[in-house]
Amino acid sequence: MSSETGIGASVRRKEDKRFLTGKGRYLDDINRPGQAYGVFLRSPHAFAKIKSIDTAEAGKAPGVVAIYTGADLAADGIGGLICGWAITSKDGEPHKAPAHPAIAVDTVRHVGDQVAFVIADSLAEAKDAAELIEVDYEELTPVVSGADALASGAPQVHDDVPGNLCYDWELGDQAAVDAAFAAAAHVTKMDIYNNRLVPNAMEPRAAIGDFDSGTDEIVLYTTSQNPHVARLVLSAFVGIAPEHKLRVIAPDVGGGFGSKIFIYAEETVCAWAARKIDRPVKWTAERSESFLSDAHGRDHHTTAELAMDANGKFLGLRVNTVANMGAYLSTFATSVPSYLYATLLAGQYTTPAIYANVKAVFTNTAPVDAYRGAGRPEATYVVERMVERAARDLGISPVELRKRNFIAPDAYPYETPVIMTYDSGNYPLNMDTALKLIDYDGYAARKAESESRGKKRGIGFSSFIEACGIAPSAAVGSLGAGVGLWESAQVRFNPTGGVTVFTGSHSHGQGHETTFAQLITEHLGVPIENVEISHGDTGKVPFGMGTYGSRSLAVGGSAIMRAVDKIVEKGKKVAAHLMEASVEDIEHANGVFKVAGTDKQVTMAEVAFAAYVPHNYPPDLEPGMDETAFYDPTNFTFPAGTHIAEVEIDPETGVVEVVDWAASDDFGNVINPMIVEGQIHGGVAQGIGQALLENAVYDSETGQLLTGSYMDYTMPRADDFPSLKVETTNTPCPGNPLGVKGCGEAGAIAAPAALMNAITDALGVEIDMPATREKVWRAAQTVQQAAE
Amino acid sequence: MYDFNYHRPGSVDEAVGLINEDAKLLAGGQSLLPTMKLRLAQPSDVIDLGGIPGLSDISVDGSTVTIGATATHASVAASSAVAGAIPALADLASGIGDTQVRNVGTIGGSVANADPAADYPAAVLGLGATVHTNSRTIAADDFFTGIFETALAENEILTKVSFPVPEAAAYVKFANPASRYAIVGVFVAKTSDGVRVAVTGAGGSVFRASGMEAALNANFSASALDGIAVASDDLNNDLHASAEYRAHLVSVMAKRAVQAAGG
Ligand SMILES: Cc1cc2nc3c(=O)[nH]c(=O)nc-3n(C[C@H](O)[C@H](O)[C@H](O)COP(=O)(O)OP(=O)(O)OC[C@H]3O[C@@H](n4cnc5c(N)ncnc54)[C@H](O)[C@@H]3O)c2cc1C
Repeated sequence: MSSETGIGASVRRKEDKRFLTGKGRYLDDINRPGQAYGVFLRSPHAFAKIKSIDTAEAGKAPGVVAIYTGADLAADGIGGLICGWAITSKDGEPHKAPAHPAIAVDTVRHVGDQVAFVIADSLAEAKDAAELIEVDYEELTPVVSGADALASGAPQVHDDVPGNLCYDWELGDQAAVDAAFAAAAHVTKMDIYNNRLVPNAMEPRAAIGDFDSGTDEIVLYTTSQNPHVARLVLSAFVGIAPEHKLRVIAPDVGGGFGSKIFIYAEETVCAWAARKIDRPVKWTAERSESFLSDAHGRDHHTTAELAMDANGKFLGLRVNTVANMGAYLSTFATSVPSYLYATLLAGQYTTPAIYANVKAVFTNTAPVDAYRGAGRPEATYVVERMVERAARDLGISPVELRKRNFIAPDAYPYETPVIMTYDSGNYPLNMDTALKLIDYDGYAARKAESESRGKKRGIGFSSFIEACGIAPSAAVGSLGAGVGLWESAQVRFNPTGGVTVFTGSHSHGQGHETTFAQLITEHLGVPIENVEISHGDTGKVPFGMGTYGSRSLAVGGSAIMRAVDKIVEKGKKVAAHLMEASVEDIEHANGVFKVAGTDKQVTMAEVAFAAYVPHNYPPDLEPGMDETAFYDPTNFTFPAGTHIAEVEIDPETGVVEVVDWAASDDFGNVINPMIVEGQIHGGVAQGIGQALLENAVYDSETGQLLTGSYMDYTMPRADDFPSLKVETTNTPCPGNPLGVKGCGEAGAIAAPAALMNAITDALGVEIDMPATREKVWRAAQTVQQAAE
Repeated sequence: MYDFNYHRPGSVDEAVGLINEDAKLLAGGQSLLPTMKLRLAQPSDVIDLGGIPGLSDISVDGSTVTIGATATHASVAASSAVAGAIPALADLASGIGDTQVRNVGTIGGSVANADPAADYPAAVLGLGATVHTNSRTIAADDFFTGIFETALAENEILTKVSFPVPEAAAYVKFANPASRYAIVGVFVAKTSDGVRVAVTGAGGSVFRASGMEAALNANFSASALDGIAVASDDLNNDLHASAEYRAHLVSVMAKRAVQAAGG
């Protein structure tokens, strides 16, 4: 169609009217009749035995409805939380999955661990009562860093996990890598820390459990990116209720970034407790609770070595990573530092031999799981800092070194040594586009100008790759996933021509209500204002696997296209009947059915009407125009691009100003360029946040979270960013009907390495993230002293 | 938040009469309310100063700028009278927190609270201001006594602060990137009684950098501060900045303040 509202148009987001006018309906906006309020008593200690819990006084406090502890859950046969991805260690052992009770039973393992759940008529009463609970703790010495947890004699977080080792996993051909290093003319080696992050979705997590004793149904309202998965897990593994008696509703959700994929203790307890007290119960996290109990992101210690020949051609890459899992395994935690990470270590390059070893370890910290990018930012960060370091070591320009090693545009499909088959791309084009955007030719003059003002200027590159559109069920199944990762869609015409699309994807900021509607407008000719997207309710949407891994358009959108195909197919039969032609002669385009070679035509709206008012209708055809499709992709998609950061540093104070940013990304076909650009902006903002500002710090002795509020945890703000220069180069993805690759995580994947490389370029020495002002100042001092 | 009794007195005297051991005065609430919401404070009575007529007045009279206790940061920042007499003061107020905080936070609350990282204390001490209460006046040099501690008695209400107009002054703040309070803030003023340099954020309480003052009295220029630093021994040392870094920043910010003040 390529109209003003079809594919390729920057349609204004339909959902923004309600968001911008305060009419969004987030979880805390929902209240159920007779609702009670729940508060979690949380552990003040990082690691302690619970010797006793006395709730007697608290139970007598005004307004208290019930107080539950881990023992009550266990007595009801409610299982622990699960991790849904099985990883096999290199010795063949399955990963260690220690018990993860929704409320601690005899031991608390991180600050904020749930100890009791207090339900009262009002929130204030629940809080008052929680203060009256007496818990007798026996404090134990905690361990918070992944590296420390592996040391001999380290505190044991779980008795049944010797040495705190969850798994010791490997990928790649170690012998081939050893041979590559033996033949290398040069080896670059780095220790790299990928800092721990708190997701900080604007809307904190929340849940309402609502039980109907007449129907025995539980309705769980929860801030989820994937309500059907929550239902599946809570039914099949936790035992809250059978799937047909559990409805999960995730209404407007104010940001997730991965942290709302997981099935958490709090919604589990709310769903269970609602039945116990036969009354709705609501819990809403306070910001301090979010800091302590949302699954955190990243936290990798890595040593990487890159072997090169005399011309800088990459021969082999060896990567050893210690990944901090936190105190328990969150829902997909095991997959993040393994299959979502090491499989991307080829980056955009032809490195023929790669070997990665990952040790996942338990510590007395909040669980760590997928956070915008999930494993892939960690991979890009390692590869791109190594490449830039190698360029410096070899005295080759970082642009030239990358170009010597890029996979050629005609080499697809390209098989990497770490089990991925890249589908399409044009890496040199992205580099050249980004160089133009940043005016690379003018860089030397800009640097000289900065220096004339006593400032240091640096430029840094990041040629990132990601595997998105997660993913083919057979592939992820063979790698250990406990679920299939298809998506479903239902396209329902109403008799009067409007369309409702039910999608298993979940929008929590991505703009699905607009992008998905554009697909219908483009292919079925329905005006965009007559298309409604419905999501987030297992009672409405047939099925779904949710939104993460930049999969909504590539997988969810493709499911919509499959349902559209079915609509068209059925529509042709109806149209043939209406026009007294044979089905084979009916052609369809943009919602108009024509008899080939004639000027006879009927519109989709007429066909839909006939399907619901089938007075004149094919005798052997079902009435109705309502089709459901499931789509399971055949491969991941591989968005890639080059980001270039330019910084100016004040060596006197260590202040880093990000003065310019260029991004050239290949997302395949683009449905809504404005939304894509917005996703890049948000992703880059998070990436800059990680590199410059954000850092979750636990005290190494007490295990307390030192950065537990916005007084100490630095969220990026608008004035921390330059205006971003964003372009896309669109190599269509061959793997799905839309030719799309996904764009939601790219910015967060690309940005940290680009920024850190720019800072390193300016300073001349390497520092770890986050590049705080003091760290930068000290580095600048060191360099200056060395020069003197 | 725990239960409390709320009062809205119509005069300072009435407010003083309501004070008891467990009562708290409420101005903008930007420091008090978060601690109450987090259940870190449990006042029995909250005495809201917002209804007292005239307590937020701002006036400039020849050589003195007087700002009422409940004048908001935003009103000070926007006051052309303040900006005309002591531009550094209006500028300081415009850099406190964010718009929402500035629209309700007050000078009285900030000065009485004496947060070691707050901005106003640097102006009060740097300009040699006088703090007025319901019962007396207190010189700036005697007012700030420690971490969150002042010379105010329990039943004393800060009513206004009067600032002598300096020949030149400037405030330069190195903000904490998370909270945007001062990691280091330096207020430099050239007054008829000599140069005053007040440092906030760096130590347990706002303090004067006497070595810097002496150097600037001899020569009011940034280069006069070359090689002069405050000792790092007593400075704050935390997640955001080591004592050593803070000491260095004090020198850098002081020089920048002198430059901004025309030195
Ligand atoms: C997000 C945020 C960012 C901030 N950033 C900054 C910043 O960058 N720089 C900065 O300096 N400050 C900052 N603040 C603090 C802000 O300036 C507050 O306004 C100030 O600290 C307290 O003023 P208030 O009027 O809100 O006082 P309140 O919170 O109402 O009171 C503070 C204390 O002072 C007492 N008090 C109040 N008025 C009087 C009086 N007249 N006499 C005696 N005692 C009194 C109260 O009893 C209470 O103990 C920030 C605050 C927030 C919430």
